[in-house]
Amino acid sequence: MAIELTDTTASEIAAALLTERRKAGSPAMGMVLTLVVVTDEGDHYDAIKVAKSVSREHPSRILGIIRRPNRGAASLHAEVSIGGSGSSGETVIARLSGELARHSESVVLPLLLPDSPVVAWWPRKAPDDPAEDPIGALAQRRITDCAASGTTASKTLLTQAVNYSPGNTDLSWTRLTPWRALLAAALDQYPARIRSGRVEAERNNPSADLLIAWLWSRLRVDVERTFSKGPGLTSVVLSTGGGDIEICRPGGRLAHFTIPNSPNRPVALKRRETAELLAEELRRLDPDDVYADTVHALCRLAGKTAKADVPQTGKRRTSTSTRAQTAKHSQTASSR
Amino acid sequence: MTLTAPAEVLLNPLRDPQDRRLPRIAGPCGMVIFGVTGDLSRKKVMPAIYDLANRGLLPPGFGLVGFARRDWADQDFTQIVHDSVKQHSRTPFREEVWQQMASGFRFVPGDFADDVAFEQLRETIQELDRERGTGGNHAFYLAIPPSFFPDVVSQLKEHGLSQPDTGSWRRVVVEKPFGHDLESARKLNAIISEVFPPESVFRIDHYLGKETVQNILALRFANQLFEPVWNSNYVDHVQITMAEDIGIGSRAGYYDGIGAARDVIQNHLVQLMALIAMEEPVSFDAHSLRVEKQKVLRSLRTPSRLDLHTSRGQYTAGWAGGQKVPGYLQEEDIPRSSTTETFAAIRLDIDTRRWAGVPFYLRTGKRLGRRVTEVAVMFKRAPHLPFDAAETEELGQNALVIRVQPDEGVTVRFGAKVPGTAMEIRDVNMDFAYGGTFVESSPEAYERLVLDVLLGDPPLFPQLEEVELSWQMLDPIIDYWADHGKPDPYESGTWGPRSAVEMLARDGRVWRRP
Repeated sequence: MAIELTDTTASEIAAALLTERRKAGSPAMGMVLTLVVVTDEGDHYDAIKVAKSVSREHPSRILGIIRRPNRGAASLHAEVSIGGSGSSGETVIARLSGELARHSESVVLPLLLPDSPVVAWWPRKAPDDPAEDPIGALAQRRITDCAASGTTASKTLLTQAVNYSPGNTDLSWTRLTPWRALLAAALDQYPARIRSGRVEAERNNPSADLLIAWLWSRLRVDVERTFSKGPGLTSVVLSTGGGDIEICRPGGRLAHFTIPNSPNRPVALKRRETAELLAEELRRLDPDDVYADTVHALCRLAGKTAKADVPQTGKRRTSTSTRAQTAKHSQTASSR
Repeated sequence: MTLTAPAEVLLNPLRDPQDRRLPRIAGPCGMVIFGVTGDLSRKKVMPAIYDLANRGLLPPGFGLVGFARRDWADQDFTQIVHDSVKQHSRTPFREEVWQQMASGFRFVPGDFADDVAFEQLRETIQELDRERGTGGNHAFYLAIPPSFFPDVVSQLKEHGLSQPDTGSWRRVVVEKPFGHDLESARKLNAIISEVFPPESVFRIDHYLGKETVQNILALRFANQLFEPVWNSNYVDHVQITMAEDIGIGSRAGYYDGIGAARDVIQNHLVQLMALIAMEEPVSFDAHSLRVEKQKVLRSLRTPSRLDLHTSRGQYTAGWAGGQKVPGYLQEEDIPRSSTTETFAAIRLDIDTRRWAGVPFYLRTGKRLGRRVTEVAVMFKRAPHLPFDAAETEELGQNALVIRVQPDEGVTVRFGAKVPGTAMEIRDVNMDFAYGGTFVESSPEAYERLVLDVLLGDPPLFPQLEEVELSWQMLDPIIDYWADHGKPDPYESGTWGPRSAVEMLARDGRVWRRP
């Protein structure tokens, strides 16, 4: 299945992809994006597996970049494969050794699919400023995962928030979508003025930090943070004059949903797998403006100043209108 | 898409139009299914409800009530739903989703004429409002033959089930067939509209819930590439095909006397045609879409010589796909003298500036070559070819084919040079496959439609006027057929009777082999 290329170059890798595709009868692959997975020797297996399973929903060329900075002379080894294990895209796993490890963009650039979006994903450790990272700069969507940094997760999130550029997102934000959907649905059903809020989660949970920032920026009320043993987020309470809106998920699977004047109802709220989170991220490839507002709120709550948020021109293919919107949004966030 | 949406967004500080991750979850509500034991409920509706719950789109506390003439308790009904979900749902079975749903299942045993049962249904619904917080919002899904509609609908009215309290809603969902001719369609509607106002009646044409069908609108109106050629200057004709490889199977009782034209052309094919032919709507709300579709349906013209421009057939015994199959007249429960058509093809013209002189050929049939539904827009040949005849011998007409099922996607067919020293041009295909580009997330048609019913979002549901207009078009053809002999026989597994081929040959055209 996979072709091994040792001491190779990006153009040999591109040629190998073409040959493989021809051999498969030139199927119309319909690949929609290039997904660059920046990982290391220890984690690449799981990360690529996740990327491949997501490739079923978003057929993509997956470029797994494994950097090995301290191993002798500069060299590039690659494994090239197409299709297989249910994925319909192409996969390249490239190991970059020696000095080349510091110039990984030179391998990535020639292998990007023409015209289609580029997404960079750091499954574990991410650069402090993904948009300034050479690979991040090639991508219009940069996905990090602060939760992966364990006990320093909240601090990592704050660093990401301060350095936010349009196109950045974090999987700890993606994890919140079902919670946010339920909270929004609760206010659809019970439209009342919220007086205060409370978010309970285990320690060092970046999703909880983001949820607090989101609620604070949308509702303009104080949101208290309390701690539990987890897993993850365990409960959110919004207090109104008529009683509490509460979503409580003690076991990480089934939640209880309570709004005033209504019976308590069970609702499925499972903690999702990385593959599902990544698939959600890939569904929209333009900057997430609500996330932008939320990280600005997070910075304000922490008393930090966010980096200038208007993107440098010419760096990314963001349309003028999106840029204008982003600028407008950040204004409203900071004027609060 | 509804008028209420902007107001909601303003009211709820947690909603933001920019926040496209947040799905619209249906408000508190429940659904009552009549005919829970039927194929439709078990294979389509119940799995769709589970899939919606699994995607987090159903409200917490959703209630599902089954109504049927069975001596069941709630648990038996739960078991039926469980089996149908396990077998037919699209998304994986998850215990916590099941738990969320299962506590809202109720079953009411009874006959459609049984007052006690409907009284019990009313109590059950009230109980759900109390215990599950369904808020008085309920949709009644009539997954039953239309002959039972009058009974059920009048019972709903009598027991005060059709009348919502202020601030809540009651909706009724009906499936095709919407009558069998103009008169019966009007009668059926009179029964329903006596009890439910038009905006509360949702007619399901599951074709309109299919991604590819909705994609027709995206393809036409979101792109610059196609619109300039989408008219009689460039289009030669359009072929819309819905072919099935199966026979009538167990539907004998329903099918005989109805036939292919009423079963498929009146609803699915005419709707597909309207989407292909309509002008750009001013917006994508229900009203604007409907206005444009109705304009197309109003400008339809049936051929003046129905003998020359329509064709019907009936399959005979033969070999289809490697299996020996009986003919229509040999099927179980079909009278030997039946003149019901299992294949129908008609030519329609649209009297508008855009489409004058471009015939639309609609065909459908059972036991045809393979199962396929597609729309083929066939373009005119280039007015001048700077090649000699031998070089372009194998060049056909350019075509844009929208494949609706299976293998959803779009094909563009055009000529390309055959490699070599001689100039020789041959047709090639360029493919976009839905299956390849956005696989798993593509929801089933019923998921989309059930959710739209619960949200009260009507753009995908045909309204009475569209139903009436399409019957108005079809009635003369069916009447003509009834008075003129029998359908032409065609062998199972082929692409229909000789008369269908001749019908196009008269216009100097041929059917595409889909």
